Amino acid sequence: MSQETKTNSASNEPKSRARKAGGVPSTGHSWDGIEELTNQLPRWWVWAFYLTAIFTVVYWLFYPAWPIGSTYTKGVPGLNSITYTATQVDGTQVEKTTHWNMRSKFMVEMNELHAAQKQWFDKVAATPFDQIAQDAELMQFVTSAGKTLFSDNCAPCHQAGGQGVIGFAPNLTDDHWQYGSSYAQIQDVIVHGRQGYMPPFKEIITDDEITSAAHYVLSLSGEPHDAASAELGAKVFKSDTAACYACHGADAKGKEGLGSANLTDKIWLWANIPEIEDADEKLKAVKNIIAGGLNRGVMPAWEDRLKPDQIKLLTVYVHQGLGGGK
Amino acid sequence: MKHDKIERNLGILLVLTMVAISVGGMVEIIPLFFIKETVEKVEGVRPYKPLELRGRDIYIREGCYLCHSQMIRPFRDEALRYGHYSLAAESKYDHPFQWGSKRTGPDLARVGGKYSNDWQTQHLIAPRSLVPQSVMPNYPWLATTDLDYSDINLRMRALRKTGVPYSESQAEYERNVEEFGADVAKYLHIPDAEKNLIGQAQQGNYDTNPDKLTEMDALVAYLQMLGTLVDFKKYDDDYFVKFR
Ligand code: HEC
Ligand code: HEC
Ligand code: HEC
Repeated sequence: MSQETKTNSASNEPKSRARKAGGVPSTGHSWDGIEELTNQLPRWWVWAFYLTAIFTVVYWLFYPAWPIGSTYTKGVPGLNSITYTATQVDGTQVEKTTHWNMRSKFMVEMNELHAAQKQWFDKVAATPFDQIAQDAELMQFVTSAGKTLFSDNCAPCHQAGGQGVIGFAPNLTDDHWQYGSSYAQIQDVIVHGRQGYMPPFKEIITDDEITSAAHYVLSLSGEPHDAASAELGAKVFKSDTAACYACHGADAKGKEGLGSANLTDKIWLWANIPEIEDADEKLKAVKNIIAGGLNRGVMPAWEDRLKPDQIKLLTVYVHQGLGGGK
Repeated sequence: MKHDKIERNLGILLVLTMVAISVGGMVEIIPLFFIKETVEKVEGVRPYKPLELRGRDIYIREGCYLCHSQMIRPFRDEALRYGHYSLAAESKYDHPFQWGSKRTGPDLARVGGKYSNDWQTQHLIAPRSLVPQSVMPNYPWLATTDLDYSDINLRMRALRKTGVPYSESQAEYERNVEEFGADVAKYLHIPDAEKNLIGQAQQGNYDTNPDKLTEMDALVAYLQMLGTLVDFKKYDDDYFVKFR
């Protein structure tokens, strides 16, 4: 309200309230000759207002509303109840009816979802792994549901297409499998998780022995190496002090039960050896692994986060959908 | 009182506006203190251990809540992505709670155990090294800044004032042993806070660098326990319905 208004209404027209413009009384507020009148609220507006008030009363009959002491009104019994089925701890299914509330509504939503997907999940659960892959229609479901599950849970480590990150999480699309390539082995990895462990060798063998072991490891996959040192390294590999062979096998191809890497292929997880240009740098990277050991590779266990049928579906997705399984 | 008078008197207008607004708030909030079902009866929920508590403070300091909620609503799509809907009981020791509603990033209410410590650390230092399309900022200093835990006792005492059962005396400690078990009660004892904080960090090695106790240790310890306290396998699918 400006200064002007005050002078206008107060000094010039003290009794302007009574003055009428087009038959409607003025409030006496006038700005630059624009008058504020005391028109009634439009009738439709007033009715809409009363209707909202009536609506709240109807709402109280249908939904939880008023607190009373240590409890609250839950709507008129039977007027707006919800019926759902729930699985109990002992595995039985029970049907229950409750007053309307979000958590019962949620149970119904989940019931409906399960009903819609049930025939597919039942089929996945009942079909042996290799037959799922034969069934084109079922595979369509596996691929679309698997993709969602994989994006939500696995992609942050294994990446969206399953290609992995060097130094972090393995590629699931190649045909190199640390823990085995069969459906059952992959399923077991997802259910229980894994953490590959290799001890640090810097206090077990000498620096020279680490160097020659590294040359030997490089020789296995055809990387540049010093042949004489690699020959010594082969001895270290098979010696009982270092006992590399105990985990990686005498042929250095790795053991599925331990997740020990196959050192003879060109696939590396913990150092990007094939991409490193300089032979000295390659040697340094391998020495670091041997000296420092490994226990960073944590694949979490999913048995508490995902249901068995989801895990089975993911197993097929990883094996078939990502294209790496054998 | 005449409208005219209220409109022309700023002081009265202010007071009456506040009264009108508080009535709305009070009607909605006060009954919750008395309704028995508000906080569900459930096992496992406990106050934060000292290291986690420091992690939570860092979470708040860095403004993680501006992009992340910690409240899974009872909707199908949320349950499918994040897990069981959040319970009131799960944030009963949270002051202030971190429910939020802004989700530039995903909800974190059940992120505990979903990834490894290595992943969490790497993701906080450089999110795009793991999730190429991420818009989350880098927080590299967390891994290099030593954790300041000199005032951990004071932080726990402050929460104690709001009703969190951190223990000060032997008698209170024993009450906690009864309620939470000895393994947990040990961590809730204020006089031992510093020792326990260091112990948990060394044992957990959260930032994957065992030589240094950093802010990363605390933040990852906090993230790794989010949503893991209640074992939902122990309850019927619809056990929590009866609290609403
Ligand atoms: C926290 C990161 C992380 C997440 C999340 C993750 N993984 Fe892994 N995963 C790994 C790491 C690391 C390894 C290798 C473990 C090792 O080196 O011992 C691995 C190994 C595997 C393997 C074995 C690979 C082989 O060569 O034998 C499979 C299969 C696998 N993950 C599938 C999955 C699936 C399916 C999901 C989602 C449900 C998932 N992973 C989620 C990190 C992760
Ligand atoms: C206790 C068992 C064990 C012993 C002993 C062991 N390793 Fe390993 N090694 C592993 C495991 C398990 C991995 C895979 C770790 C992972 O991926 O999480 C591995 C990985 C490696 C890698 C990395 C491969 C890659 O893909 O990046 C190299 C190199 C290696 N070992 C060399 C050696 C050498 C050389 C020795 C002997 C000096 C040795 N290891 C002894 C278990 C062992
Ligand atoms: C600018 C918004 C933003 C801020 C601020 C932010 N984040 Fe994020 N966060 C994201 C986005 C987007 C994602 C999803 C992509 C990704 O995983 O990086 C994410 C993902 C995450 C995840 C993985 C969740 C999952 O289930 O995959 C964690 C854990 C996380 N953030 C923690 C934090 C912490 C701790 C902070 C504070 C230090 C923080 N974020 C700050 C945007 C943000």
